[in-house]
Amino acid sequence: MTTLPEPAPRPAADAANTGLVRSVLRSPRGAIVVAFLVVLILACALAPLIAPYDPLAQHLSAVRSGPSGRYWLGTDSLGRDLLSRLLHGGRSSLLGVLEAVVTLLIVAVPTGLLAGYLGGTFDRIAMRVAEVVMSVPVIIILLAVLSIFEHSMTSAMIAFGVLGSSGLMRVIRGSALAAREELYVTAAELMGLSRLQVVVRHVLPRCRGAIIIQASLFAAVTLGVQTGLTFLSLGPPPPAATWGGMVADAASVFNQDAWMLVPPGVTIALTVLAFGLLGDVVRDVSAEKYAAAPAARRKRRSGTPDTAGRPEPATDMLLSVRDLSVATDGGRPLRLLDAVGFDIAAGETVGLVGESGSGKTMTARAVIGLLPGNCRITSGQVVFDGSPVQDLDQRAFRKLRGRRIAMISQEPMAALDPSFRIGSLVAEVVRAVDGIKGKAVHARVIELLRMVEIPDPEAVARRFPHQISGGMAQRVAIAMAIAGRPELLIADEPTTALDVTVQAEILDLLRSLQQQNNMAILLVTHDWGVVADVCTKVVVMYAGQVVETAPTGEVFDRPAHPYTRALLLSSPENTHVGERIQAIPGSVPTPQRWPAGCRFASRCDLAQPGCTEGAIPVKDISEGRLSRCLRVDTLLGGEARR
Amino acid sequence: MLKLLAHRVALSIPLVLLVSVVVFALESLVPGDPARTILGENATPEGIAALHQQMGLDQPWLERYWHWLSGLFHGDLGASLFTGDAVTSELNSRLGVTVSLVLCCVLVSAVAGTALGMFSAIRGGPAARVVDVLSLTGLALPNFWVAIVLVALFAVKIRLFPATGYVALAESPGHWVRSLVLPVIALSLFGVTAVAKQARDATLEVQDTDYIRVLRGNGVSESRIVLKHMLRNAAIPVVTVLGVVAVSMLSGTVFVEGVFVLPGLGSLATQATTDHDLPVILGIGVYFTVMVIILNLLVDLAYGMLNPKVRAS
Ligand code: SF4
Repeated sequence: MTTLPEPAPRPAADAANTGLVRSVLRSPRGAIVVAFLVVLILACALAPLIAPYDPLAQHLSAVRSGPSGRYWLGTDSLGRDLLSRLLHGGRSSLLGVLEAVVTLLIVAVPTGLLAGYLGGTFDRIAMRVAEVVMSVPVIIILLAVLSIFEHSMTSAMIAFGVLGSSGLMRVIRGSALAAREELYVTAAELMGLSRLQVVVRHVLPRCRGAIIIQASLFAAVTLGVQTGLTFLSLGPPPPAATWGGMVADAASVFNQDAWMLVPPGVTIALTVLAFGLLGDVVRDVSAEKYAAAPAARRKRRSGTPDTAGRPEPATDMLLSVRDLSVATDGGRPLRLLDAVGFDIAAGETVGLVGESGSGKTMTARAVIGLLPGNCRITSGQVVFDGSPVQDLDQRAFRKLRGRRIAMISQEPMAALDPSFRIGSLVAEVVRAVDGIKGKAVHARVIELLRMVEIPDPEAVARRFPHQISGGMAQRVAIAMAIAGRPELLIADEPTTALDVTVQAEILDLLRSLQQQNNMAILLVTHDWGVVADVCTKVVVMYAGQVVETAPTGEVFDRPAHPYTRALLLSSPENTHVGERIQAIPGSVPTPQRWPAGCRFASRCDLAQPGCTEGAIPVKDISEGRLSRCLRVDTLLGGEARR
Repeated sequence: MLKLLAHRVALSIPLVLLVSVVVFALESLVPGDPARTILGENATPEGIAALHQQMGLDQPWLERYWHWLSGLFHGDLGASLFTGDAVTSELNSRLGVTVSLVLCCVLVSAVAGTALGMFSAIRGGPAARVVDVLSLTGLALPNFWVAIVLVALFAVKIRLFPATGYVALAESPGHWVRSLVLPVIALSLFGVTAVAKQARDATLEVQDTDYIRVLRGNGVSESRIVLKHMLRNAAIPVVTVLGVVAVSMLSGTVFVEGVFVLPGLGSLATQATTDHDLPVILGIGVYFTVMVIILNLLVDLAYGMLNPKVRAS
């Protein structure tokens, strides 16, 4: 008979839990909250020893004295010392909270575990009961309890704990359920450890954070209720000191002395706050622990300014981007785009290509002035139709959007506000960009839907986004985008989320709309098929930089950057039956890890020592062709591909 | 949608049963003679005997429960042990106060909470922090304490509002409003902050969705985006929290009505507890439960109307 081995540990969860208490204490908020609670609990527990006076002793010579050297917090209308009454009153309040929380745990933890573990009928019944209990007007039960067990705060608090347990129970049940599915066939179980044991051993540690959060929030609520009940003098009968009772005492004399309201009010509020914040801190700390460890910070050298051929923006282009750099805000700005540059002529379609993390979507968002809230343009120019737009405020930018620059996004479903009908959504844009009102709006909406080849536009206009297909949704999104007859359309992976056949249809649609309206398109994609199909020019991005610019016709045969070549090789279209797709080994470095030299060096099969020494300049290879590679000659020269 | 409502109504029956069974069962658990507990130490034997009769204490509790339950189906909740009046007539005369109070509070919480939460989410920065601090305070201060401070400030110091008392809406709408202002503020503080928190989170989430970006990117004005699209989508999670808020307000009436001497169900509940008047407490339990169910139904309806996916199904 061999001894049972420990079940396979869950490193992440265990590591997260061992340090939980320490992490809470290490955060400044956590330390203050815990210190406050510890001091309060100790002070109240030791009240008989440390309180300056007997809480019931009346000092009739010093009635309602206000704070003084003798009575730190003053006295009440019978001359009783408020500080002593607070300390003694805290005993019943905190004890009440403890009773309720312990009851909560005793009820919620086992039922939650069992419901998750057993499933089936028990689970169903438990969930139903929990649902009913959640709607019980708890206060009435408490009053009934207090009416039957006169002045017994303990019974009321136990009742409160039972009635409040459904929330925590659900949380634990969820974890237990998840663990059960996961662990169904684990080694532990095969070794003969009973399933219940496995669940208890695995689930409880994992739920610890959730339990503490729920319990401390519950403690905050309980304290509110407990003091409320003592305020109504339903708790320990007067003259016993209670926090709620002190508020009631103060209420009867606030005309003469408002001060008496302050000590109990502030104490209750601070204590409730401390319990509530404790929950918050634990939540934040556990969230941090589960999040990926922050990437090591490296010294970054800013890249050399990119010239993109010409240093000045091209004025004959519809869109000309030069040296565009984008970084996050804040104390340690993180560079996301590094001197990006490219041009789009009127009516031209330019593909912006790269793996995810290359910065192509960020570039597209910078062009339309919709960077995420924590990012901004740090240098460079975005020139649209001859005038710089990078410094426009949102108000001024809005004049461009819709009418001159418009956009469609990747997830057609997510791009349509789910709460409104299709017709009303398109109408919203039409009203914004067309300046028409009334009946004309609807006519234009239908016209637009017809333009994007939606059959039966009247019927579709009446549907909600969730009632139409993805392809249809992308057509609607395109209709919204072309409503203002824009000169430039930013299309961020417009076909990625769609079926292959639908993809082709949407591309056809874009192409025909483009020809009808002489609309330029900046097409963000990672699909070479799409590039070959619709783009005249390709801009390849890698790690926040443009690494190659080329006419579509040439890039497929003669890529001028090892990254472009690798991307082309990894493209499924390029693979023939029986041939393995060559995924590029490794991944795009995150902005924290951008090296000083060539950013592609670690994945490049042509890399040589010089590549990692310093920033790689952009080279003009031929008319309209740029490459950011030291070995472009080798690449284009002899052995070409493979 | 209909399914949702049916589910809610189906839940209501076990809910009423649960509340009443618990109270009856507890009563039978009391060690010693409940009648003596109720009447106190210096009760006469005749008094106790009479109360026994009245409460039917000579019967087992299940039988008494059955009796009460069959009364409930005829709209009879028994008589108050203290005044001898029918519980239903006593409660009906006070229902208006509590309903006015709770509905006003829910309204105030919804409007003020949503406005604050959205403001904080959209503005960000210092404005958001002010709202955060206010919400923390609102969550921490006990409502009965706030009620007293409000009376001290706005009814006694500056005589802006009546300190206590209630005027029915039918009698004088103006006075009805004035009599409710302070109680509503005291009671909705928690609701406002809870809703504000939810509205803020929801707005932050909506702000970062593709559809808002697409509307912006295609030229729709910021005010339309905020007031129509963000509000509409953030309202869905806000409505769900309103249900919880409404229920907690119902409980809050017990603490707050007394301070303002509002003749509602909450203050009666306190009185009945002190008097050990169980039939009245049970009656209020039934009324509160029904109100919780109605409030939840309203929330479900609002949710269904706001969420097209639910509405359509
Ligand atoms: S510069 Fe060097 S490492 Fe970078 S792509 Fe060219 S050959 Fe590869």
